[in-house]
Amino acid sequence: MNRVVMQLTVRGLLGRRRAVLLVLLPVVLLALAGLVRWASGGNLQNSVNLANGFALGTFLPLMCLLIGTGVIGTEIDDGSIVYLLAKPVPRRTIVWSKLAVAWGAAVVFAVLPLVATVEIAGDDGARLGWAFAAAGALAALAYTAIFVALSVVTRNAVIIGLLYALLWETVLGGYVPGVRDVSVRQWALAAAERILGDQAAAWNVTSAVGLTPALVLLAVAMTGAVVLAVRRLQTLRLTTAD
Amino acid sequence: MPGTEPVPGPPEPAAPGAPALAGAPARADDVIHDIGFRHYDGTRNGRGWVVRSLLVETVRGVFGLGRPARSKVMPWALIGILLVPPVIIALSILLTHSTEPPISYTQYPGAMQLVVVLFVAGAAPYCVSRDLRHGVMPLYLSRPMRRSDYALAKFAGLAISLFAVLALSETLLLVGALLAKLSVGHQLAGWAGGVLTVAVLALVLSGISLVVAAFTPRRGLGVAAIVTGLLMVSGIVQMLVAIADQKGYATLASYLPALNPFSLVDGIAVRLLGVAPTDNATYPAGAPGLLVFTAVAIVTVGASLAVLVRRYRKGGGV
Repeated sequence: MNRVVMQLTVRGLLGRRRAVLLVLLPVVLLALAGLVRWASGGNLQNSVNLANGFALGTFLPLMCLLIGTGVIGTEIDDGSIVYLLAKPVPRRTIVWSKLAVAWGAAVVFAVLPLVATVEIAGDDGARLGWAFAAAGALAALAYTAIFVALSVVTRNAVIIGLLYALLWETVLGGYVPGVRDVSVRQWALAAAERILGDQAAAWNVTSAVGLTPALVLLAVAMTGAVVLAVRRLQTLRLTTAD
Repeated sequence: MPGTEPVPGPPEPAAPGAPALAGAPARADDVIHDIGFRHYDGTRNGRGWVVRSLLVETVRGVFGLGRPARSKVMPWALIGILLVPPVIIALSILLTHSTEPPISYTQYPGAMQLVVVLFVAGAAPYCVSRDLRHGVMPLYLSRPMRRSDYALAKFAGLAISLFAVLALSETLLLVGALLAKLSVGHQLAGWAGGVLTVAVLALVLSGISLVVAAFTPRRGLGVAAIVTGLLMVSGIVQMLVAIADQKGYATLASYLPALNPFSLVDGIAVRLLGVAPTDNATYPAGAPGLLVFTAVAIVTVGASLAVLVRRYRKGGGV
Protein backbone atom coordinates (compact mmCIF):
# COMPACT_ATOMS: atom_id res chain seq x y z
CA MET A 1 0.00 0.00 0.00
CA ASN A 2 1.14 3.48 -0.76
CA ARG A 3 0.53 6.30 1.67
CA VAL A 4 0.48 9.07 -0.94
CA VAL A 5 -2.03 7.22 -3.13
CA MET A 6 -4.21 6.70 -0.07
CA GLN A 7 -4.03 10.38 0.88
CA LEU A 8 -4.95 11.43 -2.64
CA THR A 9 -7.82 8.97 -2.70
CA VAL A 10 -9.18 10.22 0.61
CA ARG A 11 -9.05 13.78 -0.66
CA GLY A 12 -10.75 12.81 -3.90
CA LEU A 13 -13.45 10.90 -2.05
CA LEU A 14 -14.23 13.41 0.66
CA GLY A 15 -13.68 16.57 -1.35
CA ARG A 16 -16.58 18.41 -2.95
CA ARG A 17 -20.03 17.10 -3.59
CA ARG A 18 -19.71 13.37 -3.06
CA ALA A 19 -18.97 14.04 0.60
CA VAL A 20 -22.35 15.75 0.97
CA LEU A 21 -24.11 12.52 -0.04
CA LEU A 22 -21.80 10.43 2.12
CA VAL A 23 -22.73 12.43 5.21
CA LEU A 24 -26.35 13.17 4.34
CA LEU A 25 -27.48 9.56 3.81
CA PRO A 26 -26.29 8.24 7.21
CA VAL A 27 -27.87 11.25 8.91
CA VAL A 28 -31.18 10.49 7.20
CA LEU A 29 -30.90 6.85 8.24
CA LEU A 30 -30.25 7.79 11.87
CA ALA A 31 -33.19 10.18 11.83
CA LEU A 32 -35.35 7.37 10.50
CA ALA A 33 -34.08 5.11 13.30
CA GLY A 34 -35.06 7.78 15.81
CA LEU A 35 -38.56 7.93 14.29
CA VAL A 36 -38.90 4.16 14.46
CA ARG A 37 -37.87 4.26 18.11
CA TRP A 38 -40.39 6.99 18.82
CA ALA A 39 -43.15 5.16 16.96
CA SER A 40 -42.64 1.65 18.30
CA GLY A 41 -40.87 2.33 21.61
CA GLY A 42 -37.93 0.02 20.95
CA ASN A 43 -39.91 -2.86 19.48
CA LEU A 44 -37.24 -5.31 18.35
CA GLN A 45 -39.11 -6.56 15.30
CA ASN A 46 -39.42 -3.01 13.92
CA SER A 47 -35.76 -2.41 14.62
CA VAL A 48 -34.84 -5.59 12.76
CA ASN A 49 -37.10 -4.66 9.83
CA LEU A 50 -35.42 -1.27 9.51
CA ALA A 51 -31.90 -2.69 9.83
CA ASN A 52 -32.43 -5.76 7.68
CA GLY A 53 -34.75 -4.43 5.02
CA PHE A 54 -33.72 -0.84 4.53
CA ALA A 55 -30.28 -0.35 6.08
CA LEU A 56 -28.66 -3.60 4.97
CA GLY A 57 -30.73 -4.05 1.82
CA THR A 58 -30.70 -0.57 0.29
CA PHE A 59 -28.58 1.88 2.30
CA LEU A 60 -25.42 -0.21 2.57
CA PRO A 61 -25.12 -1.19 -1.12
CA LEU A 62 -25.82 2.40 -2.15
CA MET A 63 -23.14 3.77 0.17
CA CYS A 64 -20.63 1.16 -0.95
CA LEU A 65 -21.47 2.01 -4.55
CA LEU A 66 -20.90 5.72 -3.93
CA ILE A 67 -17.60 4.98 -2.19
CA GLY A 68 -16.41 2.23 -4.51
CA THR A 69 -16.99 4.24 -7.67
CA GLY A 70 -15.73 7.40 -5.97
CA VAL A 71 -12.27 6.09 -5.13
CA ILE A 72 -11.34 5.19 -8.70
CA GLY A 73 -14.26 5.69 -11.09
CA THR A 74 -14.08 9.48 -11.23
CA GLU A 75 -10.35 9.42 -11.95
CA ILE A 76 -10.87 7.01 -14.84
CA ASP A 77 -13.84 9.06 -16.03
CA ASP A 78 -11.95 12.32 -16.31
CA GLY A 79 -8.72 10.65 -17.44
CA SER A 80 -6.60 11.94 -14.55
CA ILE A 81 -5.75 8.32 -13.66
CA VAL A 82 -2.93 8.46 -16.25
CA TYR A 83 -0.91 10.71 -13.96
CA LEU A 84 -1.11 8.04 -11.28
CA LEU A 85 -0.50 5.13 -13.65
CA ALA A 86 2.56 6.89 -15.11
CA LYS A 87 4.30 6.78 -11.72
CA PRO A 88 6.49 3.79 -10.86
CA VAL A 89 3.91 2.36 -8.50
CA PRO A 90 2.73 -1.21 -9.12
CA ARG A 91 -0.91 -1.39 -10.21
CA ARG A 92 -1.39 -3.93 -7.44
CA THR A 93 -0.38 -1.30 -4.90
CA ILE A 94 -2.72 1.26 -6.43
CA VAL A 95 -5.71 -1.08 -6.22
CA TRP A 96 -4.90 -2.14 -2.66
CA SER A 97 -4.41 1.46 -1.50
CA LYS A 98 -7.69 2.53 -3.03
CA LEU A 99 -9.47 -0.51 -1.60
CA ALA A 100 -8.10 0.22 1.86
CA VAL A 101 -9.48 3.75 1.70
CA ALA A 102 -12.79 2.46 0.38
CA TRP A 103 -13.09 -0.07 3.19
CA GLY A 104 -12.25 2.53 5.80
CA ALA A 105 -14.82 4.91 4.38
CA ALA A 106 -17.41 2.12 4.16
CA VAL A 107 -16.91 1.28 7.83
CA VAL A 108 -17.20 4.92 8.90
CA PHE A 109 -20.07 5.98 6.64
CA ALA A 110 -22.04 2.75 6.25
CA VAL A 111 -21.32 0.12 8.90
CA LEU A 112 -21.16 2.41 11.94
CA PRO A 113 -24.43 4.15 10.98
CA LEU A 114 -25.97 0.71 10.49
CA VAL A 115 -24.98 -0.34 14.01
CA ALA A 116 -26.08 3.01 15.42
CA THR A 117 -29.43 2.52 13.67
CA VAL A 118 -29.94 -0.78 15.46
CA GLU A 119 -28.94 0.73 18.79
CA ILE A 120 -31.24 3.73 18.36
CA ALA A 121 -34.21 1.80 17.03
CA GLY A 122 -34.01 -0.86 19.71
CA ASP A 123 -31.61 -3.64 20.66
CA ASP A 124 -31.69 -6.78 22.76
CA GLY A 125 -28.64 -6.17 24.92
CA ALA A 126 -26.08 -5.69 22.19
CA ARG A 127 -26.84 -8.89 20.29
CA LEU A 128 -28.58 -7.27 17.33
CA GLY A 129 -25.89 -4.63 17.20
CA TRP A 130 -23.11 -7.22 17.00
CA ALA A 131 -25.01 -9.32 14.50
CA PHE A 132 -25.60 -6.43 12.14
CA ALA A 133 -22.07 -5.11 12.69
CA ALA A 134 -20.71 -8.45 11.48
CA ALA A 135 -23.13 -8.67 8.57
CA GLY A 136 -22.57 -5.03 7.61
CA ALA A 137 -18.78 -5.31 7.75
CA LEU A 138 -18.75 -8.46 5.61
CA ALA A 139 -21.19 -7.01 3.10
CA ALA A 140 -19.23 -3.74 2.96
CA LEU A 141 -15.96 -5.59 2.29
CA ALA A 142 -17.47 -7.54 -0.59
CA TYR A 143 -19.57 -4.72 -2.07
CA THR A 144 -16.71 -2.19 -2.15
CA ALA A 145 -14.30 -4.72 -3.69
CA ILE A 146 -16.87 -5.63 -6.34
CA PHE A 147 -17.77 -2.02 -7.10
CA VAL A 148 -14.12 -0.93 -7.31
CA ALA A 149 -13.49 -3.75 -9.77
CA LEU A 150 -16.62 -2.82 -11.73
CA SER A 151 -15.55 0.80 -12.03
CA VAL A 152 -12.20 -0.28 -13.45
CA VAL A 153 -13.89 -2.64 -15.90
CA THR A 154 -16.75 -0.50 -17.16
CA ARG A 155 -17.88 3.08 -17.26
CA ASN A 156 -21.39 1.96 -16.43
CA ALA A 157 -20.24 0.68 -13.04
CA VAL A 158 -22.94 2.54 -11.13
CA ILE A 159 -25.81 1.13 -13.17
CA ILE A 160 -24.48 -2.42 -13.37
CA GLY A 161 -23.61 -2.37 -9.67
CA LEU A 162 -27.13 -1.30 -8.76
CA LEU A 163 -28.72 -3.83 -11.05
CA TYR A 164 -26.78 -6.50 -9.18
CA ALA A 165 -27.19 -5.11 -5.68
CA LEU A 166 -30.91 -4.40 -5.91
CA LEU A 167 -32.56 -6.05 -8.90
CA TRP A 168 -30.67 -9.33 -8.90
CA GLU A 169 -31.72 -10.51 -5.50
CA THR A 170 -35.08 -8.89 -4.94
CA VAL A 171 -36.62 -9.43 -8.36
CA LEU A 172 -34.81 -12.38 -9.91
CA GLY A 173 -34.50 -14.06 -6.52
CA GLY A 174 -38.29 -14.07 -6.29
CA TYR A 175 -38.63 -16.18 -9.43
CA VAL A 176 -35.43 -18.23 -9.40
CA PRO A 177 -34.66 -19.23 -5.80
CA GLY A 178 -31.12 -20.35 -6.71
CA VAL A 179 -30.25 -16.73 -7.52
CA ARG A 180 -30.55 -15.88 -3.85
CA ASP A 181 -27.53 -18.04 -3.09
CA VAL A 182 -25.34 -15.78 -5.23
CA SER A 183 -26.03 -12.60 -3.30
CA VAL A 184 -23.65 -10.65 -1.12
CA ARG A 185 -26.49 -9.75 1.20
CA GLN A 186 -27.44 -13.37 1.83
CA TRP A 187 -23.80 -14.28 2.50
CA ALA A 188 -23.48 -11.46 5.01
CA LEU A 189 -26.77 -12.37 6.65
CA ALA A 190 -25.42 -15.87 7.33
CA ALA A 191 -23.04 -14.31 9.85
CA ALA A 192 -25.85 -12.38 11.52
CA GLU A 193 -27.96 -15.54 11.65
CA ARG A 194 -25.15 -17.42 13.39
CA ILE A 195 -24.60 -14.68 15.98
CA LEU A 196 -28.30 -14.41 16.77
CA GLY A 197 -28.50 -18.20 17.13
CA ASP A 198 -31.94 -19.56 17.93
CA GLN A 199 -33.54 -16.10 17.93
CA ALA A 200 -32.68 -15.55 14.27
CA ALA A 201 -35.75 -17.30 12.93
CA ALA A 202 -38.05 -15.42 15.31
CA TRP A 203 -36.71 -12.06 14.12
CA ASN A 204 -36.69 -13.17 10.50
CA VAL A 205 -32.94 -12.67 10.11
CA THR A 206 -32.38 -15.73 7.99
CA SER A 207 -30.01 -16.42 5.16
CA ALA A 208 -30.37 -18.64 2.14
CA VAL A 209 -26.91 -20.10 2.67
CA GLY A 210 -25.01 -21.62 5.59
CA LEU A 211 -22.16 -19.82 7.35
CA THR A 212 -19.23 -21.80 5.89
CA PRO A 213 -20.29 -21.61 2.24
CA ALA A 214 -21.18 -17.95 2.81
CA LEU A 215 -17.71 -17.09 4.08
CA VAL A 216 -16.06 -19.10 1.33
CA LEU A 217 -18.18 -17.39 -1.33
CA LEU A 218 -17.45 -13.96 0.18
CA ALA A 219 -13.72 -14.67 0.09
CA VAL A 220 -13.94 -15.95 -3.49
CA ALA A 221 -15.94 -12.92 -4.62
CA MET A 222 -13.52 -10.50 -2.98
CA THR A 223 -10.40 -12.21 -4.28
CA GLY A 224 -11.91 -12.41 -7.73
CA ALA A 225 -12.82 -8.73 -7.66
CA VAL A 226 -9.34 -7.66 -6.53
CA VAL A 227 -7.59 -9.84 -9.12
CA LEU A 228 -9.90 -8.56 -11.84
CA ALA A 229 -9.35 -4.94 -10.82
CA VAL A 230 -5.54 -5.33 -10.82
CA ARG A 231 -5.48 -7.12 -14.16
CA ARG A 232 -7.80 -4.63 -15.84
CA LEU A 233 -5.83 -1.71 -14.43
CA GLN A 234 -2.67 -3.20 -15.92
CA THR A 235 -4.21 -3.03 -19.38
CA LEU A 236 -6.49 -0.05 -18.90
CA ARG A 237 -7.65 1.56 -22.12
CA LEU A 238 -8.51 5.16 -21.70
CA THR A 239 -11.50 6.19 -23.76
CA THR A 240 -12.54 9.74 -24.37
CA ALA A 241 -15.09 11.08 -21.97
CA ASP A 242 -18.45 10.51 -23.53
CA MET B 1 -35.42 37.54 -20.13
CA PRO B 2 -36.65 39.87 -22.87
CA GLY B 3 -37.64 38.37 -26.19
CA THR B 4 -35.29 40.36 -28.35
CA GLU B 5 -32.22 39.72 -26.32
CA PRO B 6 -29.15 40.34 -28.43
CA VAL B 7 -27.02 37.32 -29.06
CA PRO B 8 -24.54 37.02 -26.20
CA GLY B 9 -21.81 35.95 -28.52
CA PRO B 10 -18.07 35.80 -28.00
CA PRO B 11 -16.54 39.20 -27.36
CA GLU B 12 -16.13 40.76 -30.75
CA PRO B 13 -13.33 43.26 -31.11
CA ALA B 14 -15.06 46.35 -32.32
CA ALA B 15 -12.81 46.77 -35.31
CA PRO B 16 -13.68 49.79 -37.38
CA GLY B 17 -15.05 48.80 -40.75
CA ALA B 18 -16.22 45.38 -39.63
CA PRO B 19 -19.81 44.59 -40.55
CA ALA B 20 -22.03 46.11 -37.91
CA LEU B 21 -23.34 43.10 -36.07
CA ALA B 22 -25.06 44.48 -33.06
CA GLY B 23 -26.64 47.31 -34.94
CA ALA B 24 -28.09 45.26 -37.79
CA PRO B 25 -31.84 45.70 -37.57
CA ALA B 26 -34.26 42.81 -37.83
CA ARG B 27 -31.45 40.32 -38.22
CA ALA B 28 -31.22 39.30 -34.61
CA ASP B 29 -32.57 35.82 -35.25
CA ASP B 30 -29.65 34.29 -37.06
CA VAL B 31 -25.92 34.07 -36.62
CA ILE B 32 -24.56 33.29 -40.05
CA HIS B 33 -22.33 36.32 -40.16
CA ASP B 34 -21.16 37.79 -43.42
CA ILE B 35 -17.49 38.36 -42.71
CA GLY B 36 -16.57 38.90 -46.29
CA PHE B 37 -15.38 35.51 -47.43
CA ARG B 38 -18.46 33.89 -48.79
CA HIS B 39 -22.05 34.95 -48.95
CA TYR B 40 -24.93 32.88 -47.73
CA ASP B 41 -28.32 33.36 -49.32
CA GLY B 42 -30.08 30.21 -48.10
CA THR B 43 -32.85 29.99 -45.57
CA ARG B 44 -32.10 31.14 -42.06
CA ASN B 45 -33.90 28.88 -39.64
CA GLY B 46 -33.39 30.89 -36.49
CA ARG B 47 -34.16 30.26 -32.87
CA GLY B 48 -36.99 27.76 -33.20
CA TRP B 49 -34.87 25.55 -35.38
CA VAL B 50 -31.98 25.62 -32.93
CA VAL B 51 -34.27 24.50 -30.14
CA ARG B 52 -35.78 21.80 -32.33
CA SER B 53 -32.34 20.48 -33.29
CA LEU B 54 -31.24 20.45 -29.67
CA LEU B 55 -34.37 18.52 -28.70
CA VAL B 56 -33.94 15.97 -31.47
CA GLU B 57 -30.28 15.49 -30.60
CA THR B 58 -31.17 14.99 -26.95
CA VAL B 59 -33.77 12.33 -27.72
CA ARG B 60 -31.40 10.55 -30.12
CA GLY B 61 -28.53 10.75 -27.65
CA VAL B 62 -30.56 9.27 -24.79
CA PHE B 63 -30.98 6.12 -26.89
CA GLY B 64 -27.33 6.21 -27.94
CA LEU B 65 -28.10 7.03 -31.58
CA GLY B 66 -25.24 8.94 -33.12
CA ARG B 67 -22.99 7.94 -30.24
CA PRO B 68 -20.39 5.17 -30.09
CA ALA B 69 -21.55 1.58 -29.64
CA ARG B 70 -20.64 1.38 -25.98
CA SER B 71 -23.01 4.26 -25.26
CA LYS B 72 -25.83 2.26 -26.80
CA VAL B 73 -25.37 -0.76 -24.55
CA MET B 74 -26.80 0.63 -21.31
CA PRO B 75 -29.98 2.34 -22.53
CA TRP B 76 -30.94 -0.58 -24.71
CA ALA B 77 -30.12 -3.15 -22.05
CA LEU B 78 -32.41 -1.32 -19.63
CA ILE B 79 -35.13 -0.99 -22.28
CA GLY B 80 -34.77 -4.72 -22.86
CA ILE B 81 -35.25 -5.41 -19.15
CA LEU B 82 -38.35 -3.17 -19.19
CA LEU B 83 -39.84 -5.02 -22.14
CA VAL B 84 -39.31 -8.59 -20.91
CA PRO B 85 -41.98 -8.67 -18.16
CA PRO B 86 -44.87 -7.78 -20.54
CA VAL B 87 -43.97 -10.85 -22.61
CA ILE B 88 -43.87 -13.04 -19.51
CA ILE B 89 -47.16 -11.53 -18.35
CA ALA B 90 -48.79 -12.29 -21.71
CA LEU B 91 -47.58 -15.89 -21.49
CA SER B 92 -48.84 -16.23 -17.94
CA ILE B 93 -52.29 -14.98 -18.98
CA LEU B 94 -52.36 -17.60 -21.71
CA LEU B 95 -51.24 -20.40 -19.40
CA THR B 96 -53.47 -19.58 -16.44
CA HIS B 97 -56.53 -18.55 -18.53
CA SER B 98 -57.11 -15.61 -16.23
CA THR B 99 -59.33 -12.71 -17.27
CA GLU B 100 -57.09 -9.99 -15.90
CA PRO B 101 -53.36 -9.37 -16.34
CA PRO B 102 -51.54 -10.13 -13.05
CA ILE B 103 -50.29 -6.55 -12.98
CA SER B 104 -52.28 -3.54 -14.12
CA TYR B 105 -51.12 -0.88 -16.56
CA THR B 106 -50.71 1.74 -13.85
CA GLN B 107 -48.90 -0.64 -11.50
CA TYR B 108 -46.30 -1.60 -14.08
CA PRO B 109 -43.97 1.45 -13.82
CA GLY B 110 -44.02 1.16 -10.03
CA ALA B 111 -43.12 -2.53 -10.20
CA MET B 112 -40.20 -1.76 -12.53
CA GLN B 113 -39.24 1.28 -10.44
CA LEU B 114 -35.55 0.39 -10.18
CA VAL B 115 -35.09 -0.04 -13.93
CA VAL B 116 -36.96 3.18 -14.69
CA VAL B 117 -34.81 5.02 -12.15
CA LEU B 118 -31.63 3.58 -13.65
CA PHE B 119 -32.71 4.56 -17.15
CA VAL B 120 -33.46 8.17 -16.22
CA ALA B 121 -30.32 8.34 -14.07
CA GLY B 122 -28.20 7.22 -16.99
CA ALA B 123 -29.89 9.60 -19.39
CA ALA B 124 -30.13 12.84 -17.41
CA PRO B 125 -26.36 13.38 -16.89
CA TYR B 126 -25.85 12.62 -20.57
CA CYS B 127 -28.24 15.46 -21.39
CA VAL B 128 -26.64 18.21 -19.35
CA SER B 129 -23.46 17.22 -17.51
CA ARG B 130 -21.15 16.97 -20.51
CA ASP B 131 -22.05 20.38 -21.86
CA LEU B 132 -21.20 21.90 -18.50
CA ARG B 133 -18.07 19.86 -17.96
CA HIS B 134 -16.53 20.46 -21.36
CA GLY B 135 -17.36 24.13 -21.27
CA VAL B 136 -19.42 24.20 -24.46
CA MET B 137 -22.28 26.14 -22.92
CA PRO B 138 -20.91 29.48 -24.21
CA LEU B 139 -21.00 28.02 -27.72
CA TYR B 140 -24.65 27.06 -27.39
CA LEU B 141 -25.53 30.39 -25.87
CA SER B 142 -23.84 32.30 -28.68
CA ARG B 143 -26.58 30.99 -30.99
CA PRO B 144 -29.89 32.79 -31.24
CA MET B 145 -31.25 30.67 -28.44
CA ARG B 146 -32.22 31.86 -25.03
CA ARG B 147 -30.85 30.22 -21.93
CA SER B 148 -34.29 29.06 -20.92
CA ASP B 149 -34.68 27.48 -24.37
CA TYR B 150 -31.69 25.27 -23.67
CA ALA B 151 -33.09 24.10 -20.34
CA LEU B 152 -36.57 23.53 -21.75
CA ALA B 153 -35.27 21.67 -24.82
CA LYS B 154 -33.21 19.35 -22.63
CA PHE B 155 -36.15 18.79 -20.30
CA ALA B 156 -38.54 18.10 -23.17
CA GLY B 157 -36.02 15.77 -24.83
CA LEU B 158 -35.52 13.70 -21.69
CA ALA B 159 -39.23 13.62 -20.86
CA ILE B 160 -40.15 12.53 -24.39
CA SER B 161 -37.52 9.76 -24.35
CA LEU B 162 -38.62 8.46 -20.98
CA PHE B 163 -42.27 8.63 -22.00
CA ALA B 164 -41.51 6.75 -25.22
CA VAL B 165 -39.81 3.93 -23.34
CA LEU B 166 -42.56 3.64 -20.73
CA ALA B 167 -45.36 3.96 -23.28
CA LEU B 168 -43.72 1.24 -25.37
CA SER B 169 -43.78 -1.20 -22.46
CA GLU B 170 -47.41 -0.26 -21.72
CA THR B 171 -48.26 -0.94 -25.35
CA LEU B 172 -46.51 -4.28 -25.20
CA LEU B 173 -48.64 -5.12 -22.15
CA LEU B 174 -51.72 -4.20 -24.19
CA VAL B 175 -50.61 -6.29 -27.17
CA GLY B 176 -49.99 -9.24 -24.88
CA ALA B 177 -53.39 -8.88 -23.25
CA LEU B 178 -55.15 -8.56 -26.62
CA LEU B 179 -53.34 -11.59 -28.05
CA ALA B 180 -54.55 -13.52 -25.01
CA LYS B 181 -58.09 -12.49 -26.06
CA LEU B 182 -58.96 -10.42 -23.02
CA SER B 183 -61.83 -7.95 -23.48
CA VAL B 184 -60.67 -5.31 -25.95
CA GLY B 185 -62.56 -2.29 -24.61
CA HIS B 186 -61.52 -2.94 -21.04
CA GLN B 187 -57.87 -3.39 -21.95
CA LEU B 188 -57.84 -0.30 -24.18
CA ALA B 189 -59.25 1.80 -21.35
CA GLY B 190 -56.63 0.42 -18.97
CA TRP B 191 -53.90 1.10 -21.50
CA ALA B 192 -55.03 4.72 -22.00
CA GLY B 193 -54.90 5.22 -18.24
CA GLY B 194 -51.45 3.66 -18.12
CA VAL B 195 -50.14 5.92 -20.87
CA LEU B 196 -51.51 8.98 -19.08
CA THR B 197 -49.85 7.83 -15.87
CA VAL B 198 -46.45 7.28 -17.45
CA ALA B 199 -46.69 10.69 -19.13
CA VAL B 200 -47.00 12.35 -15.71
CA LEU B 201 -44.27 10.08 -14.33
CA ALA B 202 -41.93 10.97 -17.19
CA LEU B 203 -42.41 14.69 -16.54
CA VAL B 204 -41.82 14.42 -12.79
CA LEU B 205 -38.80 12.12 -13.02
CA SER B 206 -37.18 14.12 -15.83
CA GLY B 207 -37.54 17.34 -13.88
CA ILE B 208 -36.03 15.98 -10.68
CA SER B 209 -33.16 14.12 -12.31
CA LEU B 210 -32.23 16.99 -14.65
CA VAL B 211 -31.95 19.35 -11.69
CA VAL B 212 -29.60 16.95 -9.91
CA ALA B 213 -27.59 16.35 -13.10
CA ALA B 214 -27.29 20.08 -13.81
CA PHE B 215 -25.56 20.57 -10.47
CA THR B 216 -23.17 17.60 -10.85
CA PRO B 217 -20.90 18.19 -13.83
CA ARG B 218 -19.18 14.83 -13.27
CA ARG B 219 -21.24 12.21 -15.05
CA GLY B 220 -20.49 9.35 -12.66
CA LEU B 221 -21.47 11.30 -9.60
CA GLY B 222 -24.58 12.55 -11.37
CA VAL B 223 -25.78 9.01 -12.05
CA ALA B 224 -25.03 7.94 -8.49
CA ALA B 225 -26.70 11.00 -6.97
CA ILE B 226 -29.92 10.58 -8.96
CA VAL B 227 -30.21 6.85 -8.28
CA THR B 228 -29.34 7.23 -4.61
CA GLY B 229 -31.74 10.13 -4.18
CA LEU B 230 -34.71 8.48 -5.86
CA LEU B 231 -34.20 5.06 -4.25
CA MET B 232 -33.56 6.44 -0.77
CA VAL B 233 -36.63 8.68 -1.01
CA SER B 234 -38.72 5.71 -2.04
CA GLY B 235 -37.44 3.58 0.85
CA ILE B 236 -37.71 6.37 3.40
CA VAL B 237 -41.27 7.22 2.39
CA GLN B 238 -42.27 3.58 2.84
CA MET B 239 -40.79 3.56 6.33
CA LEU B 240 -42.41 6.89 7.20
CA VAL B 241 -45.81 5.65 6.04
CA ALA B 242 -45.41 2.56 8.20
CA ILE B 243 -44.42 4.70 11.21
CA ALA B 244 -47.29 7.13 10.73
CA ASP B 245 -49.71 4.21 10.44
CA GLN B 246 -48.37 2.69 13.61
CA LYS B 247 -48.78 5.92 15.55
CA GLY B 248 -52.34 6.24 14.27
CA TYR B 249 -51.88 9.24 12.00
CA ALA B 250 -53.87 7.67 9.18
CA THR B 251 -54.38 10.94 7.30
CA LEU B 252 -50.69 11.77 7.40
CA ALA B 253 -49.87 8.24 6.29
CA SER B 254 -52.14 8.60 3.28
CA TYR B 255 -50.61 11.93 2.21
CA LEU B 256 -46.94 10.91 2.71
CA PRO B 257 -46.69 8.89 -0.54
CA ALA B 258 -46.84 12.22 -2.38
CA LEU B 259 -43.14 12.63 -1.52
CA ASN B 260 -42.08 9.68 -3.68
CA PRO B 261 -42.47 10.32 -7.44
CA PHE B 262 -43.66 6.79 -8.14
CA SER B 263 -46.32 6.65 -5.44
CA LEU B 264 -47.26 10.26 -6.22
CA VAL B 265 -48.13 9.30 -9.78
CA ASP B 266 -49.74 6.08 -8.59
CA GLY B 267 -51.88 8.10 -6.18
CA ILE B 268 -53.03 10.40 -8.98
CA ALA B 269 -53.89 7.38 -11.13
CA VAL B 270 -55.80 5.71 -8.31
CA ARG B 271 -57.89 8.78 -7.56
CA LEU B 272 -58.34 9.94 -11.14
CA LEU B 273 -58.94 6.62 -12.88
CA GLY B 274 -60.20 4.52 -9.99
CA VAL B 275 -57.65 1.76 -10.53
CA ALA B 276 -56.14 -0.48 -7.88
CA PRO B 277 -53.08 0.99 -6.09
CA THR B 278 -49.59 -0.52 -6.17
CA ASP B 279 -48.64 -2.60 -3.12
CA ASN B 280 -52.03 -1.93 -1.49
CA ALA B 281 -51.00 1.61 -0.66
CA THR B 282 -53.65 3.92 0.74
CA TYR B 283 -54.07 7.38 -0.71
CA PRO B 284 -56.19 10.26 0.60
CA ALA B 285 -59.80 9.74 -0.30
CA GLY B 286 -61.89 11.80 -2.67
CA ALA B 287 -61.27 15.10 -4.39
CA PRO B 288 -58.89 16.67 -1.84
CA GLY B 289 -56.47 13.77 -2.28
CA LEU B 290 -56.50 14.06 -6.05
CA LEU B 291 -56.12 17.82 -5.77
CA VAL B 292 -53.16 17.66 -3.40
CA PHE B 293 -51.36 14.93 -5.34
CA THR B 294 -51.88 16.70 -8.66
CA ALA B 295 -50.73 19.97 -7.13
CA VAL B 296 -47.57 18.30 -5.78
CA ALA B 297 -46.84 16.86 -9.23
CA ILE B 298 -47.33 20.22 -10.94
CA VAL B 299 -45.29 22.06 -8.32
CA THR B 300 -42.47 19.49 -8.62
CA VAL B 301 -42.27 19.85 -12.40
CA GLY B 302 -42.62 23.63 -12.22
CA ALA B 303 -40.02 24.01 -9.50
CA SER B 304 -37.57 21.74 -11.35
CA LEU B 305 -37.98 23.82 -14.50
CA ALA B 306 -37.55 27.04 -12.55
CA VAL B 307 -34.37 25.76 -10.90
CA LEU B 308 -33.04 24.54 -14.25
CA VAL B 309 -33.70 27.87 -15.95
CA ARG B 310 -32.07 29.66 -13.02
CA ARG B 311 -29.10 27.32 -13.20
CA TYR B 312 -28.46 28.40 -16.76
CA ARG B 313 -29.00 32.09 -16.06
CA LYS B 314 -25.53 32.25 -14.57
CA GLY B 315 -23.03 31.55 -17.30
CA GLY B 316 -22.18 28.16 -18.62
CA GLY B 317 -19.16 27.42 -16.47
CA VAL B 318 -18.69 24.33 -14.39
